Amino acid sequence: MKKKELPQDKSALKNFTREVCYVKNDAGNYETGLSQGWEVKSVALDKAWEEIERRTEEAKQDVLAGKESPISYFIELKLMDLSVVAGYTGFRRWQIKRHKKVRVFKKLSDKKLQIYADVFEVSLDDLKNFNIE
Amino acid sequence: MNEFKHIQTAHCENGVTVNLLQQKGCDFLNEPLAFGMGSGLFYIHIPFMKVNGGPAISFRSMPGSIFNRTCKVLNVKVERKKFKSRIIAKQYLDNCLNNNLSVGCQVGVFHLMYFPKEYRFHFNAHNLIVFGRENDTYLVSDPVMETTTSLTTREMERVRFAQGALAPKGHIYYPASVGNIDDALIRSAIIKGIKRNVRDMLYIPARVTGIRGINHTAKKIRKWREQVGPRKAGLFLGQIVRMQEEIGTGGGGFRFLYAAFLEQASERLHNDQLIGISEQFTKAGDLWRDSALQMAGIYKGRITEQKDFDECADIMNEIAVVEKKAFKELEKIKLQ
Repeated sequence: MKKKELPQDKSALKNFTREVCYVKNDAGNYETGLSQGWEVKSVALDKAWEEIERRTEEAKQDVLAGKESPISYFIELKLMDLSVVAGYTGFRRWQIKRHKKVRVFKKLSDKKLQIYADVFEVSLDDLKNFNIE
Repeated sequence: MNEFKHIQTAHCENGVTVNLLQQKGCDFLNEPLAFGMGSGLFYIHIPFMKVNGGPAISFRSMPGSIFNRTCKVLNVKVERKKFKSRIIAKQYLDNCLNNNLSVGCQVGVFHLMYFPKEYRFHFNAHNLIVFGRENDTYLVSDPVMETTTSLTTREMERVRFAQGALAPKGHIYYPASVGNIDDALIRSAIIKGIKRNVRDMLYIPARVTGIRGINHTAKKIRKWREQVGPRKAGLFLGQIVRMQEEIGTGGGGFRFLYAAFLEQASERLHNDQLIGISEQFTKAGDLWRDSALQMAGIYKGRITEQKDFDECADIMNEIAVVEKKAFKELEKIKLQ
């Protein structure tokens, strides 16, 4: 890539940083240049976020329809997967899978629910009653 | 406290390596050299691992290995520590800082508050330098940032004890003692770095790594549209592009960075052939950028036919040919 071809597109890097890229100068030698972003990348990031939002919405509808427990929703909202939740809560993956079931969720002790509430950064009440904005 | 000099680099681990070693007197060191001596260039389509249901690909060697290998070839002794206890982890860090020692820390980015929300995923192999402390605030030099930044005590604990894949467990590392580094040692470090990189890219007996790995991914791309439908397949491609270009690769999935390394190697080893190889990696980097552009056409929804996916795969096959030729030639050059 030549220095003058280094893209300076609008991106989420704005007000954050410009990133170092390795580019060729006019003499044909490498030097560094700072890029504000590249449209190809920022669209990829946007699409990834659209997908996250789509999945979160889907999980929300599942909870409202009584198919899944609120835990499923908050896992999506916080971009987590089972290994992340397991790490933060100390529960085993199979336990978390069970806790996603409405039937099991309803019987969980406040002590266990509080652990989830802390990890998801919501109140115990909001977790239990699925109060989301 | 000595004046701390912040160094911005393309990649976080290179940056930590360069900065910490420069503080120990390795003035010659810069990002491409550290990357090359540490045999950073790689390709792996990680098997049995999915990210959001899609491919997990890395364009560089394992987290931690660049620092390790660069230190090793320069005969630098490394000190590393991981912790079970958060309290001891904090004490250890504070102790280092009290002794005027800057240290590298592995952190998760999900709670790294100076990153914008868009970049905060549960990614746990980010690296930064902690170089001081003022009351409740740690002074931080994050190599991907243009200037230094800071984290509160609580924020520091959270990022050091992030959970999930590659959980950092408070991981701290720094060069403990640096011996005498002369020109001969630098040259031998460059040569060792190159040889190990040739081995990693050409001779690891697995389908998913090195040059074979690139073709492996290409083969999968040809099938995705059929297997998961155009929308999801597009998302998978977007994921590849992000792993290839997103903060820290210097563009073209580290290929330009490696080309820059070979350019410097050529000068230090007085070997003109290396310039020719450097050109080939520049070409590979340009092809990676072309491939990203083609993939973008798909995830933007502009082109969605099977032939468009095939074209992505074709470019990757071409890249594999270019990189294979480059590494084969690199292997044959007599370096001293």
